[in-house]
Amino acid sequence: MAAELRDYIAVYNREWGLTSDTTDAFVAFDSVQKSYDGETLVVKDLNLSIGKGEFLTMLGPSGSGKTTCLMMLAGFETATHGEITLAGKPINNIPPHKRGIGMVFQNYALFPHMTVAENLAFPLEVRKIGRSEREEKIARALDMVQMGAFGGRRPAQLSGGQQQRIALARALVFEPELVLMDEPLGALDKQLRETLQFEITNLAHELGITTVYVTHDQTEALTMSDRVAVFDDGRIQQLAAPDQLYEQPQNSFVAQFIGENNTLMGTVSKIEGGVAEVTLDGGEVIDTVPVNVSQVGERTLVSIRPERVEFNKDRLHPDAHTLKAEVKEFIYMGDIYRTRLSVAGNEDFIIKTRNAPDQRRLNPGEMIEIGWRPEDCRALDA
Amino acid sequence: MTDAAAGMGRAASDARKLDAAATGPMLAADGRPLKASLNRALRAQKLRALALIAPLLLFILVTFIAPIADMLFRSVENQIVSETLPRTVIALEDWQETSQLPGEDAYAALAYDFMEAAERREHTRVGSRLNYETTGMSSLFRQSGRGIDDVGEIYADQFVALNPAWEEPATWVALMASERWQDEAAEAETDAALPRFELAPGIAEALPETADAYRSFARTIMSEDEDDPRAEEPWNTVYLALYRDLLAGTGGYDGPQAAMLNEAAAAVPGFEAASVQAQFADINEDWADTEVWETIEAFSDPYTAGYFLAAIDMQLTPDGIEAQPEEQQLYILLFQRTIFMSLMITFSCILLGYPIAYLLSNLPMRTSNLLLILVLLPFWTSLLVRTSAWKVLLQQEGVINDILVWIGLVADDARLQLINNQLGTIIAMTHILLPFMILPLYSVMKTIPPSYVRAAKSLGATDWTAFWRVYFPQSVPGIGAGCILVFILAIGYYITPELVGGRTGTFISNRIAFHISSSLNWGLAAALGSILLALVLALYWLYDRIVGIDNVKLG
Repeated sequence: MAAELRDYIAVYNREWGLTSDTTDAFVAFDSVQKSYDGETLVVKDLNLSIGKGEFLTMLGPSGSGKTTCLMMLAGFETATHGEITLAGKPINNIPPHKRGIGMVFQNYALFPHMTVAENLAFPLEVRKIGRSEREEKIARALDMVQMGAFGGRRPAQLSGGQQQRIALARALVFEPELVLMDEPLGALDKQLRETLQFEITNLAHELGITTVYVTHDQTEALTMSDRVAVFDDGRIQQLAAPDQLYEQPQNSFVAQFIGENNTLMGTVSKIEGGVAEVTLDGGEVIDTVPVNVSQVGERTLVSIRPERVEFNKDRLHPDAHTLKAEVKEFIYMGDIYRTRLSVAGNEDFIIKTRNAPDQRRLNPGEMIEIGWRPEDCRALDA
Repeated sequence: MTDAAAGMGRAASDARKLDAAATGPMLAADGRPLKASLNRALRAQKLRALALIAPLLLFILVTFIAPIADMLFRSVENQIVSETLPRTVIALEDWQETSQLPGEDAYAALAYDFMEAAERREHTRVGSRLNYETTGMSSLFRQSGRGIDDVGEIYADQFVALNPAWEEPATWVALMASERWQDEAAEAETDAALPRFELAPGIAEALPETADAYRSFARTIMSEDEDDPRAEEPWNTVYLALYRDLLAGTGGYDGPQAAMLNEAAAAVPGFEAASVQAQFADINEDWADTEVWETIEAFSDPYTAGYFLAAIDMQLTPDGIEAQPEEQQLYILLFQRTIFMSLMITFSCILLGYPIAYLLSNLPMRTSNLLLILVLLPFWTSLLVRTSAWKVLLQQEGVINDILVWIGLVADDARLQLINNQLGTIIAMTHILLPFMILPLYSVMKTIPPSYVRAAKSLGATDWTAFWRVYFPQSVPGIGAGCILVFILAIGYYITPELVGGRTGTFISNRIAFHISSSLNWGLAAALGSILLALVLALYWLYDRIVGIDNVKLG
């Protein structure tokens, strides 16, 4: 199963970016638009295919339309235009309770007047599943989230993390093929969140469930997902596997939204053989990977990840460009050092270095030279 | 745990105990016990808080607790009989054979009491009170008030014939009054300034009834008419008392009037006699009826269950507690009707209020605020106006009937009776009490997140199942609060049933109002009110047992 899945994802990853190929997708959005007030579009022309068994995360700032997409998929909002298909069947006109989609809510939405077991029994009862089978499934679902002993409790007697486990078990107990999660870990503290992230991913992959996960926490998106759809302004800005998303952002929004990012403004002075030469505003010239620049003279935002910047000459790549930098601030963060530099007019240029025995600590005021591999430096839209 | 570890644990806890024993209670820095210091530190705060709520507390005590306590007291209080007819009540204590009339002593005691009561004009009040229990008492007492003057006249005439001095007020004062009173009275400049009458020493032992009757006479005329006993001939009942006393002898009286008294004592056995009973029977033959005496006896206690019995259509009879005659039974029916109609009103309010509250809580803020104003609008209109509006709408020549006739649903000569019956009361009161259902429901529904219903639907529930199994149970606290408010308001409602209830749609509170303002039977009104209070408390208790009062949320 895992191998199959990996192949499947690999296929998708190869054609990363937006895809409207809905032929063998499990869930597909086809030119979906959504407007609440008839004046502005909250979701603009959404095309998205989700493969069976895939863990897809919709990531974006609030108001980017990701939750609306999820609600349209769940059936609580209707698409203004376009079609949503589930397992090949259009579901636009199917009411939510007939879609058979499990859903986990941010506030858990456990029914407060029922015990944990009753909460789990609810989806089975409405499906008219017999008592003995029901109890068996409930027990299995509770064991799955390590909450087997809590069946008799009321939701109010549980901690936030426990409630979320129950909510997860409830969404899974009727064995849906698709589970939607709307920022399920948003209200939990960091440590618990990390544990649950791990558990949810494992569970989803173990059970082979297709999962659509909505979050605004990029770490969560990167650590859990097979693919991440970055939403902004009602559109998917990039749809890719986490590593690709991080290392090869398609535009400046993605680059700045995912992880920490250093930016330098400049103008394209030459494009040749897959390399774009950019003249920075300070006059320095660097080689970059042209991502969405096409002609000479175009303004561009050059993006470099802080951990790809090197100041140790011995480790510097032979092709690397170097720039002069002044150390402004040194911050000790335990596992890494974070140093703020002034580079080519950017006062907020951050570099991160591993806290290793041979690592040098930079002192404020020190003048250094920094550099990076041209592949790590991407010329994006300004 | 290994044994060694267990041992260590025990040792540690023992050490802690020893420690506590050695130091005793925790001490504050200044050496006082910590508890005392804490109390001292908080005392000022507590006093300040108490002072802040004191006006409200006082207000509640005076305007809420005190009237209720007074009502509860009035519903059993019955001191009027024992206060107005004290001698009679005492005389009746020995009366066991209730099939026979009481003895002469009781009649004589009644004569003394009644004379004083008539002079003080209190006999009619006792009459009214006893009339609640036995009809005819009121007129009997009123009539007897006029005739009581004649009781004992036969003896007065014979005493005066024997010795005209018996007619002289001075004779009586010399016989009865103490010297001190006479001296003080002599100094008084006006009749109003006369001192309180005092019996001469020894006279009460020699002529007990006469002394008592004369003292009653003297004090009553002084306080009621500002007359001077030294200028007034005593009541005929005093002569009756004297006759009765002298028949038993003079009791060794040796005061200033001893000669005159001995003369009278010698003559008394030869007097023409007439029983007091016969004299009363002359005034009104009902006095020879045991029922009158039974009534007085039954209500001679300062406290009575009579009002409560009357309030549940029972009565106190010599044979014990019995049901009222069927045609006089009223209150049980009224209580049943009040409860039934209050339940109907509460139920109608749920039926109408629930969808409105649901709509209000699910609409966008601006629209729901507008609608909420419509819900609150009735609060800004006078209750009378609203009720009268229903009269206009519901009467037989009213708007609704007109429309029904116009549509042809109802024949013109068979217009519906929509008002002045139970239906009218239920319609009008449902309208008036509806906001009290909507508001708590709305505030509870407002707090139910929409994600619950969404979760239910995503789990496969139909709209109805999601509502019934998930939304509705969470709105129950609002229903509970609304029901309690509406039901308790309805059960004591008065104005609307009075105006639109007609004969069949009135509540128990209308009867209470009648007894307070028209029949002036406050005791019965208080008993009815107390039962109503007990009923509400009982229902509240029941509600707590079934629904649980923790499940009531007003917002």
